[in-house]
Amino acid sequence: MNQLTRTLLAAAVALTCGATQAATLRVANAGDVQSMDPHSLNETLQLSFTGNIYEALVARGKDMQLVPALATQWKQTAPTVWRFELRRGVKFHDGTPFTADDVVFTFKRGAADGSDMKGYTAPIKDVRKSGDNAVEIETNAPFPILPDTLTSLYIMSKKWCEDNKAEGPVDRRKGVENTASFKANGTGPYRLKERQPSTRTVIVRNIAYWDKVEGNVDEVVFTPIGSDATRVAALLSGEIDVMEPVPLQDVERVKAAGKFNVLQGPELRTIFLGMDQKRDELQFSSVKGKNPFKDKRVRQAFFQAIDIEAIKSRVMRNAATPTALMVGPGVRGFQPDMNKRLPYDPDAAKKLLADAGYPSGFEVGMNCPNDRYVNDSPICQAVAANLARIGVKVNLQAETKNTYFPKILRRDTSFYLLGWTPSTTDAHDALYNLMASPTDKGQGQFNLGAYSNPKLDELTAKVQSETDPVKRNEAIREAFRIHLDDIGHIPLHQQALAWGVKNNVSVVQLPDNRMFFKWVSVK
Amino acid sequence: MTGSAALVRFFDGDVWHSFRTSPVAIGAAAVAFVCVFCALFAGWVAPHNPFDLATLELSDARLPPAWSDGGSTKYLLGTDDQGRDILSALMYGARISLLVGVASVLLSVVVGVGLGLLSGFAGGKTDALIMRVCDVMLSFPSILIALLIDGVGRALFPEAHDTLAFAVLVFAIALPGWVQYARTVRGSTLVERNKEYVQAARVTGVPPLRIMVRHVLPNVLGPVLVLATIQVATAILTEATLSFLGVGVPPTQPSLGTLIRIGNDFLFSGEWWITIFPGLMLVLIALSVNLLGDWLRDALNPRLR
Repeated sequence: MNQLTRTLLAAAVALTCGATQAATLRVANAGDVQSMDPHSLNETLQLSFTGNIYEALVARGKDMQLVPALATQWKQTAPTVWRFELRRGVKFHDGTPFTADDVVFTFKRGAADGSDMKGYTAPIKDVRKSGDNAVEIETNAPFPILPDTLTSLYIMSKKWCEDNKAEGPVDRRKGVENTASFKANGTGPYRLKERQPSTRTVIVRNIAYWDKVEGNVDEVVFTPIGSDATRVAALLSGEIDVMEPVPLQDVERVKAAGKFNVLQGPELRTIFLGMDQKRDELQFSSVKGKNPFKDKRVRQAFFQAIDIEAIKSRVMRNAATPTALMVGPGVRGFQPDMNKRLPYDPDAAKKLLADAGYPSGFEVGMNCPNDRYVNDSPICQAVAANLARIGVKVNLQAETKNTYFPKILRRDTSFYLLGWTPSTTDAHDALYNLMASPTDKGQGQFNLGAYSNPKLDELTAKVQSETDPVKRNEAIREAFRIHLDDIGHIPLHQQALAWGVKNNVSVVQLPDNRMFFKWVSVK
Repeated sequence: MTGSAALVRFFDGDVWHSFRTSPVAIGAAAVAFVCVFCALFAGWVAPHNPFDLATLELSDARLPPAWSDGGSTKYLLGTDDQGRDILSALMYGARISLLVGVASVLLSVVVGVGLGLLSGFAGGKTDALIMRVCDVMLSFPSILIALLIDGVGRALFPEAHDTLAFAVLVFAIALPGWVQYARTVRGSTLVERNKEYVQAARVTGVPPLRIMVRHVLPNVLGPVLVLATIQVATAILTEATLSFLGVGVPPTQPSLGTLIRIGNDFLFSGEWWITIFPGLMLVLIALSVNLLGDWLRDALNPRLR
């Protein structure tokens, strides 16, 4: 053995030892994080992952309670004005100090064209700097749950965005990209090291982080693995440490292997179907000159044609809770007594359809993701089969979320499946984003079928500004009742979370399905 | 010599005798016949219609084959995650696989034979050009070309993709396939063009195109037939590969490859029948067609007779 080989060998041994001490966490998900820009897509995986790099003013703790993040404290100084004291001594990953200017800038960016965060910024009238270490946020109307709504609006560095020409958000609808898609500069516990879209994203520990980090993970390698079977195989073979979601059919198999935990719990997410109720003629349908979904009887026929119990037992293997409401248990404002679905009744559905003037049904296109929610595409197929029973021919387009989201966010859809987690854990979030009439300010940004009822809009505004909990709850109930009566959407179920985790890894599973690596420990 | 005479010669006593005395050929032909028959007449033979969504019973989803615990005689080979009968899905799937396989081979035969004839008969610059194109095509893996064509097809017609999917798929598989025919036919044509009957035709003033089609073509078809048989199996496998990768036929019209891909997700959970049966069917079809092709090659080879 010559000198060179010996040196190389020593180096290799040193490297291997080094690798075992510094814990690397290998994570796989069914789909990729769409962009590194935290304002580009209001989607759980996107916000969950970028939430390790970026931080908001306010965060959520392990029990979903509000905890200080970049703001140390906040108080309401007037009915519509809030004052947030900012944390001092915080630095972005590039070394720039964090100041009030960054906060003011972020709120502007979040409200700009192309941002998917308008739902969070719309109630805000103005954000003012109050010295270097405080901001005042003024809302249009009294807004008692403001801090709850700020947990997903991640703060970006003004200087970095300007230097990198990323002042505006990445627009997923138009396919506009900028530096912020591929690079990141936050204040969070992890910094972006490598970004290869659809292939591999690596983040490493930010040693200058302002807070103590509980976990011991120095590096996280995130890999999207689309195929369920391949993802499970990767976990079983030890190629990855954590995977999400575990395909329902493989939960038992993963548990039986003995080396893994399957963390299951109810998720706050509600899966539902939406229908285009705005256009005078559907874009994708055999019906010409009118829009069948404008007729409540058609919407009700669709609702009653869906055999939700079969979807629960067969498609979801009982890991779902059928729902009649757009929010589930665990969300403030959930109304257990109102959670009653119209009965499954294909005959009644057929009759309703005939009454509406479609005795032999019609054709309609349906958009569905195939790598976003648990068994999303099989659910859509089951719905298509159910609807075929009442004569409705569904032309199903199930595709990856990369093409699915831009399409439906442009509202180029007649009938779609979507899931929604109220990120504020409050019913107002669902009312405001999903059920209220769309405006260009951000209201109804995810009401993609443009269901509209002025009374519900009024009630949503009331829920937003009402401070008396009893009156607020009454308004929520009233709004839900209207939505139920109108059949504005067809709620399906709340899905169950399933994370597959190696035995030597401990993670904290939040009911909004976010995974924060600062709480992860590898033994 | 005319085309029909060539066919008569083709199926003359020797070939037929060789078939009758080869158990492998008879077995392969029988299996291929059953597969093709089931595929062609799936509408009548299959116990259910997996494409008719209205007949699907979600509560029957994921039933095991009839002989296993919990199986039902209503679904001999079990059902998939949507309650589709596997046996029926197999028949309909085989139809799509065969359709794509045969159609793409036909297309590549037409293109390949045409260009090969032209190349061999015309010679010179035409020959050189066509053969260099062949060389370029051969340097790409065929699956890569197919993926590329499929991708381009999707980009060009994003909305109409499902309706055009078959045409794009056939084209994608045929494009890398024609080269082999062109080379084979060119070689044979080079041999044939110097034979007396061609020279005789030329001397009597028959136009070149007519000589090519009426005189040379029938005499170079033998190897093409052998090649085409084997290529059908390859094309079916290529289609299955593309569908397995998720770029082939639309999911509402599952081919064997699509069925295998769908079933693949259930392998770990013990629901093996969803993927094993389509896989077996694919093996059966490809194997029998290949065996037939092998036999045909031997039977037509004068040196082995």
